[in-house]
Amino acid sequence: MNAVLPLTRTCPFAPPAEHVRLQETEPVAWVTLPTGEQVWALTRIDDIRTMLTDPRFSADRTHPGFPHLAPGRRAMAGSLKRMMVSMDPPEHGRARGAVVGEFTVRRTAALRPRIQQIVDERIDALAAGPRPADLVPALSLPVPSLVICEVLGVPYADHAFFQRSTEALLRRTTPPEERQVSLGGLHAYLQELVARKAAEPGDDLLSRQLDGGADRQDVVSLAMLLLIAGHETTANMISLGVMMLLRHPDQLAAIRDDPGRTPRAVEELLRYFTIGEFSLSRVAVGDVEIGGKLIRAGEGVVVLSNAANRDPAAFADGDRFDVGRDARHHVAFGFGAHQCLGQNLARAELQIVLDTLFRRLPGLRLAAPVDELPFKDDANIYGLYELPVTWTVP
Amino acid sequence: MTRIVADATRCVGAGQCVLTDPATFDQDGASGVVVLLRAAVSDEGLALARAAEYLCPGRALSLVE
Repeated sequence: MNAVLPLTRTCPFAPPAEHVRLQETEPVAWVTLPTGEQVWALTRIDDIRTMLTDPRFSADRTHPGFPHLAPGRRAMAGSLKRMMVSMDPPEHGRARGAVVGEFTVRRTAALRPRIQQIVDERIDALAAGPRPADLVPALSLPVPSLVICEVLGVPYADHAFFQRSTEALLRRTTPPEERQVSLGGLHAYLQELVARKAAEPGDDLLSRQLDGGADRQDVVSLAMLLLIAGHETTANMISLGVMMLLRHPDQLAAIRDDPGRTPRAVEELLRYFTIGEFSLSRVAVGDVEIGGKLIRAGEGVVVLSNAANRDPAAFADGDRFDVGRDARHHVAFGFGAHQCLGQNLARAELQIVLDTLFRRLPGLRLAAPVDELPFKDDANIYGLYELPVTWTVP
Repeated sequence: MTRIVADATRCVGAGQCVLTDPATFDQDGASGVVVLLRAAVSDEGLALARAAEYLCPGRALSLVE
């Protein structure tokens, strides 16, 4: 058996060295996961785009060949069965088609004033509070949480419960039993919420889904997916984005002087950190040749997307952080039919947070050395547990 | 002029085309599916349309010379 593929970053600013080595020497490689399962690992953008748009690769997490990265994940895959992330065509197209209209570019743009208001309120509270402060609970977590809960119609009073539950679900070291408890708790809450929406519809996504005739259990699954996917991911990108720009004052100055540059900076941050590094796994349901290797039906495929987002064929000098580059062809949101449903919402939140925070607190700086920051080495979604910052009062 | 073909059955509503080239692409308000605002682009508009074609996650767009 070959050596076990490392899944943990040893440096916050680079993919694992072994992933880079595979990209250079064996871009479609047969590897062993820490669970002992053997799967294919893809590291080049072109191969990944091909694989993720080929219907002979399935997203069905209950398929015995689907790669799972942590023990216990396979056992809980059954509960994901009804979720869009685990569906294939034609079921997936129907499920996504029923909700994607909620996340169009225009609908997301219409949410911008409300997002701006949420961000302004959080920064008011931060600025009025003591220094130093931890940016994670002050800004990174509440902003996406408030935004997605507003979209779905989840009462803010229930947010603390959501943050606890999603964090436990996503942390790689959470024991399987605890993960099941968190998943069950979230599911029970959403059952109750959807029942309330059915009885008393509001002006929100869940109510519109029910009004459109969606099955109640499907609405519960959708709510679960959107809450988990829309919450911790954006939060981690906010923390990492602020940290990275504070480390690069010249690049920070460039976007502060001209907010027209912020959209590119956000794409570069998404590319550079690729926080959902292992979320693009598939299982082959037919024999397919990718990059000159034959992948047989039943075999699993993992995408090492952090390395892929520095593929020299797609990004010149990919290890360099450069807010001026055009990085939009990254696969940080995935590719193919499952590409992130909320990507435009995430973009809007990140752009607004970065523009507003650095404008409002121009004297913002890190209150701890970067090498002492608690990076989420143990989580499936990369990020920061804490981000101590301080600032000079203007 | 280069003709643009959009396959609505492959569109996944991600909106990448609208972000890239809003003069050529829009999305249906209810379904999120791509709507072509023009059937063809001139040479000046070709670079943006090509970028949209490449970024489309559903590979729903094609440019026909």
